[in-house]
Amino acid sequence: MTDHRDRVFLARDLTKIYPMGEIEVQALRGVDLALFAGEFVVLLGPSGSGKSTLLNILGGLDSPSSGAMQYGGRDLGVYDDAELTRYRREHVGFVFQFYNLIPSLTARENVALVTEIARNPLPPEEALTLVGLADRLDHFPAQLSGGEQQRVAIARAVAKRPEVLLCDEPTGALDVQTGVRVLAVIDRVNRELGTTTVVITHNAAIAAMADRVIHLSNGLIARIDHNAQRQAPEAIVW
Amino acid sequence: MKALDRKLWRELWQMKGQAVAIMLVIVCGVAIHVMFGATLDALGQTRARYYQEYRFADVFAALKRAPESLRERIAALPGVAEVETRVVAAVHLDVAGFAEPITGRLVSIPDNREPRLNRLYLRQGRLPAADRNDEVVVSEAFAQAHRLEPGAKLRVVINGRRQALTLVGTALSPEYIHQLRPGSMFPDYQRYGVLWMGRRALGIAYGMEGAFNDVIVGLTDARAAPDVIDELDRLLTPYGGLGAHDREDQASHRFLSEEFRNITLSATLFPVLFLGVAIFLLNVVMNRLIGMQREQIGTLKAFGYGNGAIALHYLKLVLVVVLVGVAVGVFAGAGLGRRLAELYTMFFRFPFLDYRLTFQLVFGAMLLNLGGAMAGTAFALRAAFALRPAEAMRPEQPARYRATVIERLGLQRLLSQPNRMILRHIERRPLKSLLSVLGIALACGVTMAGRFQEATITHMVEVHYKLSQREDLAVTFTEPTSWRAIGSLDSLPGVERVEVYRAAPVRLRFRHHSRRTTLKGVPPGGDLQRLLDADLRLLDLPSEGVLLTDYLGELLGVQAGDRLTVEVLEGSRPVREVPVVGLVKEYLGVAAYMDLAGLNRLLREGPAISGAYLAVDDRERSELYRRLGDIPRIAGTAIREQEIRNFHRTMEQTMLFFTFIATVFAVVIAFGIIYNSARIALTERSRELASLRVLGFTRAEISYILLGELGLLTLVAIPLGFIVGRGICTLFVDGARSELYRIPLIIHPSTYAFAATVVLASALLSGWLVRRKLDRLDLIAVLKTRD
Repeated sequence: MTDHRDRVFLARDLTKIYPMGEIEVQALRGVDLALFAGEFVVLLGPSGSGKSTLLNILGGLDSPSSGAMQYGGRDLGVYDDAELTRYRREHVGFVFQFYNLIPSLTARENVALVTEIARNPLPPEEALTLVGLADRLDHFPAQLSGGEQQRVAIARAVAKRPEVLLCDEPTGALDVQTGVRVLAVIDRVNRELGTTTVVITHNAAIAAMADRVIHLSNGLIARIDHNAQRQAPEAIVW
Repeated sequence: MKALDRKLWRELWQMKGQAVAIMLVIVCGVAIHVMFGATLDALGQTRARYYQEYRFADVFAALKRAPESLRERIAALPGVAEVETRVVAAVHLDVAGFAEPITGRLVSIPDNREPRLNRLYLRQGRLPAADRNDEVVVSEAFAQAHRLEPGAKLRVVINGRRQALTLVGTALSPEYIHQLRPGSMFPDYQRYGVLWMGRRALGIAYGMEGAFNDVIVGLTDARAAPDVIDELDRLLTPYGGLGAHDREDQASHRFLSEEFRNITLSATLFPVLFLGVAIFLLNVVMNRLIGMQREQIGTLKAFGYGNGAIALHYLKLVLVVVLVGVAVGVFAGAGLGRRLAELYTMFFRFPFLDYRLTFQLVFGAMLLNLGGAMAGTAFALRAAFALRPAEAMRPEQPARYRATVIERLGLQRLLSQPNRMILRHIERRPLKSLLSVLGIALACGVTMAGRFQEATITHMVEVHYKLSQREDLAVTFTEPTSWRAIGSLDSLPGVERVEVYRAAPVRLRFRHHSRRTTLKGVPPGGDLQRLLDADLRLLDLPSEGVLLTDYLGELLGVQAGDRLTVEVLEGSRPVREVPVVGLVKEYLGVAAYMDLAGLNRLLREGPAISGAYLAVDDRERSELYRRLGDIPRIAGTAIREQEIRNFHRTMEQTMLFFTFIATVFAVVIAFGIIYNSARIALTERSRELASLRVLGFTRAEISYILLGELGLLTLVAIPLGFIVGRGICTLFVDGARSELYRIPLIIHPSTYAFAATVVLASALLSGWLVRRKLDRLDLIAVLKTRD
């Protein structure tokens, strides 16, 4: 069990309603959840189950319609824009499905973009070495493969030494082989840096890597699985 | 360099085409602003210094003849600081090798001292020696027109006596900045000159020893002018005073003021227009450019960049574009301004030019442009910041397209799929489409504003010189002359028709308005000088009452049927009430007209005339000119063809330079606006278009969808642009109305055609450039990346 560890996030009765064009979509319908320091959590669920919404609220990219999300004992819901910005800057690393690299900046510069505003960052070169891209420092996103771009995105996310690493479908746009490499990097960051890691996926095979697997369905937590043993990413096939 | 700054430079480099187009628009706006601003400053400064340093007089009066002893009484008037009495004479000149009649004005200068007022700026040579009777200084313009150097001989007819004079110097005077032959509206330096001669020598030649016929006065305080004028009139009336006046009615000053007023108008209207369009474009472009960076803004925010840092990043981008644009604009504007100011200096013959670029001018241009750009940027940033980062990074919701009006009307059969896409896209973002149309329409409008004047000027000449003033030759007498003079003119060689007129200086009053002008008496049924009504139809001269130039009527606030007070400013100076019978359409000058015999009665004089219009046989012109030169009574001879040429030359020198610049800039702005619209559309829709390509659409088809929209918007914008252009021209025409000339609002079809051609050519060129980019669209890359 993980209860003896520090509780990083605590969500209480979270709901989120989006206006989508002319209709309203209820993305979260009352989620209660706690995440602990250093654990590797996979959010699993079909598209539309609310996992991205949950991740965005965890990362301070979005705010809930009702309910509370606490980080380190403080409610993110009462943060104003500047406080949320500081929260993201100091505590959270993001990895997105489509990498969201700045196309006009090289790999090194994309990482530097974040390290320049962080308090105690890894040097960009070290962060890129960590993800196995020491020889691609000065390549532009357009000169990198999808997997390489995603690894730049991971380097960018971890270079600030965040407390939390949030990954939204990090392998969604990648083939198996590349996906596995990317997952290995995330796994390594989690183990070596002790970063609390949340990975969204709709790929059940990835769940085997996690400490805990949270199944979301239709805006609610359907069930939570605990893996006694985390599987190495290299052993995953899909 | 910070990573964010690298992003800035790289992105600036990527959008260099667009950035250059935006900069060009700014350059044009700023250059026009600086060019006119600096020119206006320079002209104002220069004139002020010239007037001050060369002691331009405040009050002027001409009279028949008064003893020199009157000077003391004038000097003793309250408010008078300086008095200079002079002898001024109208003369005929002969310059070797020039057959046409030349008239001149001979003005005395004190013999042994500098004039206290209206000093000369000596360009060449020296002033006449006090002990010589035959030395003369001439106006530089006249000397140059005839290539006369010091030492040149002139033959002059003064008071009917022929005299040989030696040119000893050339000079400029604040009194004759504009050198206009009486009755002319535009300078002609070959046929009219000003000459200065020693007071004693001219007194002897003109029979004015110990007397004077002209007096100029400097005031202690300009506010004393009305009182001094009244007192001066009282003193001079017994000596045949022709009415004292202040600078406002001094010919050179008045024409200069009118010119300055016109330059001020252009200097205000064009920059406001161009800068306004540039700022509008900047606002729109920045708004859309930043709108397209929505996902990147979301990403930056996700990594903990605050709104302030992001705003600063984009403001830097704007700053670079704007500051480079402003810098180049100021540089170009300063250069063009110097050129324009020099043109005016040559035209006005100022002895020097005080040209400098003021801090306010440069700073104002920078502030206006930065303001415009920042407003657009702030607008877009506010929209981007309002979104939560999660939302900003999501691709925009499929827009709420709907069936277009045409489809809702059930006419979709008429539309192919691509046409439907074009229409729906336009209809979905009506504001954006409207702004695009407005931008193109403005471009079309400013193009017209630069161009329309050429055709208008042609029209003015047609009406004034072909319908109204149809004489070949106009002669003016030195003083009112008996009708018998007709006979002597009639008998001159080549003269086919003579029509006389009487002109008297008057002040017209109606309620609180008053105006100094000329009251002209003409015989009814004239064929050489004809009066036209508002529709350019011939107007019959009524036997009673006066007709006024339409603009004069407006200035006085009178209409047909009102009764006007006429104060005659010569002779016995009668004051009369006269009914206004109607208004006369005239584009050049202003005057009041009445029946010749009626005017003679009003002046309480016998049948007298001031001049005559002649129709002549071309073959006998040279002989006629020679004979006219021998008639001492004739003060001036104006040749109509030459007047037309003078008019054109004046217009060319003052107006056409900047209308040319304005046209060039308008074309650049038109292209800048349209190219930017096309480029932004391409960037905004490249994903959609790439998707269509993947679905099997050809390059031509996706080009059609993108460029069809641009084409449609352009076609809608052109008629709107015509309306905008007409509005701008109306503003210009209304502002440019002066006693010198009124430009009619006549927009030649060629002006519309030119504006439409510029817009269409810009659209085609932009379309071609964008089409090249479309052809190179990397389908995979576009679809793989989301931003």
